[in-house]
Amino acid sequence: MAIFLDETSRIVVSGITGSEGAKHTRRMLAAGTTVVGGVNPRKAGQNVEISGRSLPVFGSVAESIASAGADVCVLFVPPPFVEDAVIEAVDAGIGLAVVITEGVPVHDTARLWAHAIAAGGRTRIIGPNCPGIISPGKSNAGIIPADITGPGRIGLVSKSGTLTYQLMHELRDIGFSTCVGIGGDPIIGTTHIDAVEAFEKDPETDLIVLIGEIGGDAEERAADFVRANVSKPVVGYVAGFTAPEGKTMGHAGAIVSGSAGTASAKKEALEAAGIRVGRTPSETAALVREVLG
Amino acid sequence: MDLFEHEARDLFEKYGVPVPRGRVAADPAAARSAAAELGGPVVVKAQVKTGGRGKAGGVRVVHTADDAEQAADDILGMDIKGHTVHRVLVTEASEIADEYYVSFLLDRAGRTFLAMASTEGGMEIEEVAASRPDALVRVPVDALAGVDAAAVAAGFPADVRGEIAGVVEKLWDVFVAEDCTLVEVNPLASTSTGIVALDGKITLDDNASFRRSASFEDPHDGDPLEREARSRGLNYVKLDGDIGVIGNGAGLVMSTLDVVAAAAAEAGARGPANFLDIGGGASAEVMVNGLTVILGDPQVRSVFVNVFGGITACDAVATGIVRSLEILGARATKPLVVRLDGNNVTEGRRILAEAAHPLVTVVATMDDAAREAAKLAIAEV
Repeated sequence: MAIFLDETSRIVVSGITGSEGAKHTRRMLAAGTTVVGGVNPRKAGQNVEISGRSLPVFGSVAESIASAGADVCVLFVPPPFVEDAVIEAVDAGIGLAVVITEGVPVHDTARLWAHAIAAGGRTRIIGPNCPGIISPGKSNAGIIPADITGPGRIGLVSKSGTLTYQLMHELRDIGFSTCVGIGGDPIIGTTHIDAVEAFEKDPETDLIVLIGEIGGDAEERAADFVRANVSKPVVGYVAGFTAPEGKTMGHAGAIVSGSAGTASAKKEALEAAGIRVGRTPSETAALVREVLG
Repeated sequence: MDLFEHEARDLFEKYGVPVPRGRVAADPAAARSAAAELGGPVVVKAQVKTGGRGKAGGVRVVHTADDAEQAADDILGMDIKGHTVHRVLVTEASEIADEYYVSFLLDRAGRTFLAMASTEGGMEIEEVAASRPDALVRVPVDALAGVDAAAVAAGFPADVRGEIAGVVEKLWDVFVAEDCTLVEVNPLASTSTGIVALDGKITLDDNASFRRSASFEDPHDGDPLEREARSRGLNYVKLDGDIGVIGNGAGLVMSTLDVVAAAAAEAGARGPANFLDIGGGASAEVMVNGLTVILGDPQVRSVFVNVFGGITACDAVATGIVRSLEILGARATKPLVVRLDGNNVTEGRRILAEAAHPLVTVVATMDDAAREAAKLAIAEV
């Protein structure tokens, strides 16, 4: 099972001819992912050689679906082109669009999201500004290092890439069903709640790790959702207790505004929902071990 | 990025939002000529990117050019909540009948934008939201269709409703065309000459600067070390402690600050001195830039380098650290605690051990490394 991405996923890479796109296509292939080709309107009809494989470059996502049965699009396109690229993917009817690009204007994200909803909500969007999603041993859509750990029974959802890697590493002997990096922008497609809801239904997931950080109230809303809807154990971690008010801490969405969006408020909300919250990444990993027994 | 009031005023004017006539002045003589040019009573307002300037004495209504000069002389150089006043805005004074509130902001939960309006302007909107939530109207905005100005203006008195709806539409133009994450008018005043935006706050989306024609860089903005870091392309935030922090990935660095703060509290050190995210790679060049900025902070007494080797393997990170110390030479003066983990960690630690740099201590875990950095920060030199 896993969530959102599995061994049947057929991935097309938008921006495959760029250096990041090519590098991570190579890594996705090495992880056993089915990559069916790339998208670049200016190089349509050509082929790119990656890891000894000749991959076709399509002129559009629609073409990659028609010719190669693509159902996941991973986007490495530069920020000015993300809005149009995602809208094209949505209109083509792709099932999952994973937007790795950092630095997308938030108005563009709001518009592409509104477009996806108006189009009927058939396309799941992950990101932008995210490391992507991996179902270890099955498929890897994005830049999460696949060699950290293998398949297992923990599901993980996080705003942060490196904290995802850190927790995957600390719990590498147990393994993960799926890890979803939802991204650190103020407006994102898939949220903590969406991932937690899917993990709750996934028979291959026994425990959910929820990683949050300062800014907004996504963690508080996720806490409410867990209290009302989730029977599986959830372990949490929140970063940014030391962040000063009014300063953006690396991620565009990571900012405490007045008294809103603090790490303390998030930790309290998670704990009030019965979620055990680690004070450090390693304590969080220890809690996972304790809960799994 | 937050704009100054006078920058917000100029953007409002550009999009047809009614604003009082005004001039910016950087010295008392300029304030005097601005007041003389505007004629009649004027308001002299401190230009600082923080609230509460009225209470701090940073806003004065005066009736003559002489008094405007004196007011500017008093206000310029003032410290308001840690912000030094470098400029004042001199505007014509308005006869205010009523004070309203209108804003556009991000609605993270709705993944869209939100318009807010209130007939109770002129005070902190957080207070209105807390004490009289019914007095604050929230209208979700469809990012594609745009704002329903009539819905935002519906709660205002009938005689000004249409005029305010027109202003709301123009504010929406500012919000979209300038890629704002906040546009706030408080107060939006009803005056003898009509509806006027008397004070405004704008936050621009830094991600959209590539398509914005004007630059709003402020030479006085932020800490000197933050400006230095920005010029080196680093993601750095100055904090107040004595332990420098370098890490990769925003989440991991935030987490490192928390772990360092706890270790510092235990050891009697002051805490993290900065946030610095060097991103995916840790090349010698990036490490040199990062260490240069951090060692330029006189408060720093030790540095914690916390890297998880994900895409970039630990051996490459270790090589980057060793090479950066070679390049820095005698400029590297403070002890470095390095914690590496992840991809190819054994080789990374071997490279650091072999280099055996006298300033470098390698510690296996994040928690122990933070304790070591705190211990070094309080050690006698």
